[in-house]
Amino acid sequence: MTAAEATIDHGAPTRARYGSMSRDRRWALRWSYFFLVLFAIFFLTPPLYMFITSLKTSHEISAATNPWWVFHPTLSNYIELLTSSTYITFFRNSAIVSIFVVCITMLISVPAAFALARMRFWGSAMLATGVFLTYLVPDSLLFIPLFKMFAVFNEWTGIQLINKWWVLLIVYPTLTVPFATWIMIGYFASIPKELDEAALMDGANYRQILMKIFIPVALPGLIAATIFAFTVSWAQFLYPLAFLTSPDQLVLPVGIITTLIKGDVYNWGQIMTGALLGAAPPLIIYAFLMDYYIAGLTAGATKG
Amino acid sequence: MVDAVISDVRELSAPRRKSGMRRMLQRKSTIAFFMALPLLLLISLLVLYPAFYAVHLATLNKSMQRFVGLSNFTFLFKRETFWMVVRQSCLFALSAVFFKALIGFIVAHFVHNIPAKGQRKWRGMLLIPWVIPPAMSTLAWLWLFDPSYSAFNWILALFGFGPVAWTGDAYWARFSVILINVWYGAPFFLIMYLAALKSVPEQLYEAAAIDGASWWQRIWYVTLPMMRNIIAITVLFSTIVTFANFDIVQVLTAGGPIDKTHVFATWAFRLGIQGGDIPLGASVSLFMFPILAFCAIFILRDIHRRGNEAS
Repeated sequence: MTAAEATIDHGAPTRARYGSMSRDRRWALRWSYFFLVLFAIFFLTPPLYMFITSLKTSHEISAATNPWWVFHPTLSNYIELLTSSTYITFFRNSAIVSIFVVCITMLISVPAAFALARMRFWGSAMLATGVFLTYLVPDSLLFIPLFKMFAVFNEWTGIQLINKWWVLLIVYPTLTVPFATWIMIGYFASIPKELDEAALMDGANYRQILMKIFIPVALPGLIAATIFAFTVSWAQFLYPLAFLTSPDQLVLPVGIITTLIKGDVYNWGQIMTGALLGAAPPLIIYAFLMDYYIAGLTAGATKG
Repeated sequence: MVDAVISDVRELSAPRRKSGMRRMLQRKSTIAFFMALPLLLLISLLVLYPAFYAVHLATLNKSMQRFVGLSNFTFLFKRETFWMVVRQSCLFALSAVFFKALIGFIVAHFVHNIPAKGQRKWRGMLLIPWVIPPAMSTLAWLWLFDPSYSAFNWILALFGFGPVAWTGDAYWARFSVILINVWYGAPFFLIMYLAALKSVPEQLYEAAAIDGASWWQRIWYVTLPMMRNIIAITVLFSTIVTFANFDIVQVLTAGGPIDKTHVFATWAFRLGIQGGDIPLGASVSLFMFPILAFCAIFILRDIHRRGNEAS
């Protein structure tokens, strides 16, 4: 932000003094806007087209008219989906899973990040690196062994994990906790040591330092990590596809794809509506908390 | 506030008549260890153990009762499809990462060029593809690519070009999955590079301008060296994520037409979960590991180097 302001500040006098430079700048600006519009069209076409299609009847979708325009807008797709119990179930399952995963993630990663950032113990430096490495292990490497592990677990204990929505509560934290911990380590490490030394001197214990100093001071990081955990668990596709099958256990992305697509009959109006509604929670969070979202995104590479 | 804390602490420390066990539990490193214990358990039980278990699984036969050594791998090496998957995975990941980085770099400059007031708005708009869950947005692309009602083909028809089989033809299908991945991932690079651009000191550009550097020289001699670290780390990170990509290919083509767009993740899913041959699926997914390890080593080196510079 400051760098950008600096550009403007020093651009103004230059413009007054040198005519050619200001002309160059004006052209550069025009070209920038021109290309930004082009790229914005490229980036925004699919979501816009989702929205356009969601307002159409299936009759209009199969008509040979301009697909980019809605001639008879209708909300029937939205009404149909929001009153269909299967879709509501997917939405509810997704919401429950995501909220629980966020809580689990925070409960695990905040104390761990505090311990790794401030309290040294044997192997703590190695563990911090290990946390980051774990973040790099993709879901597509782990889903097969996890699938088999759950099957073996069922043989041993008789507890069936496959095809139960709460199996996601066990596997999603593997995706969210490492990065959340990593973000929090970065934020905690940036808190001046004097602050907790002063608190220690005053006789505060570690729980108090964490609750009364670190969490309030690192609140932006906490929000960023929360948003990250929520969006990851909301968007996760492979694990539910591999571990869940029955419609009452499914979560959103998988639910839309497996139930709304019936054989070769694609009801595109409903699919697009479902996808748009499914994309809404992350989009709403993003719209209101954009700065935290971006802070979380860039924290991974700029901190540490 | 302070008083409250102190009295709070006195209360806590008063009954501390320490036995050895108590003292041990109150030692700093012990507390720290217990605070990190859930993380440790999670990583070791649900990440490390499955990773090694995958190696074990890859050495079993289909019914998972007999150790067969490396014969799953030799079986894969003899299959034409396997080599096709290897080629497609590399093509998919390398070209997607390249174009993501390129587009991200270019668009970041455009956003950086415009007045600071408008930057927030544009940045917010351009990041939307990254925010939508990829499985959902790929559905939108699937509909845009629909064989009979493709909205792209409708536009092409206006200009007199024939219908393109976006997902039906092998080459176009490969192009389509890469296009979607670029669409989804470029905003991430954009945000990273924009943050990096803002951290380049303005004086360097001034000095370059006084020396008469052209815009190309400014980018080559000032911007790129200053952004080298962030470019390296985003590219490596994105390479890992793109190689492991599952959602886009699975939703758009599910590997088709005739296995031409399968990448490691989707083929492993097809063989392991849908086909019921878990060991073979595990063997396929293990091929992602070398690439992952390669990138991870470089990322770690970079992080360590920057850590040392900072301290």
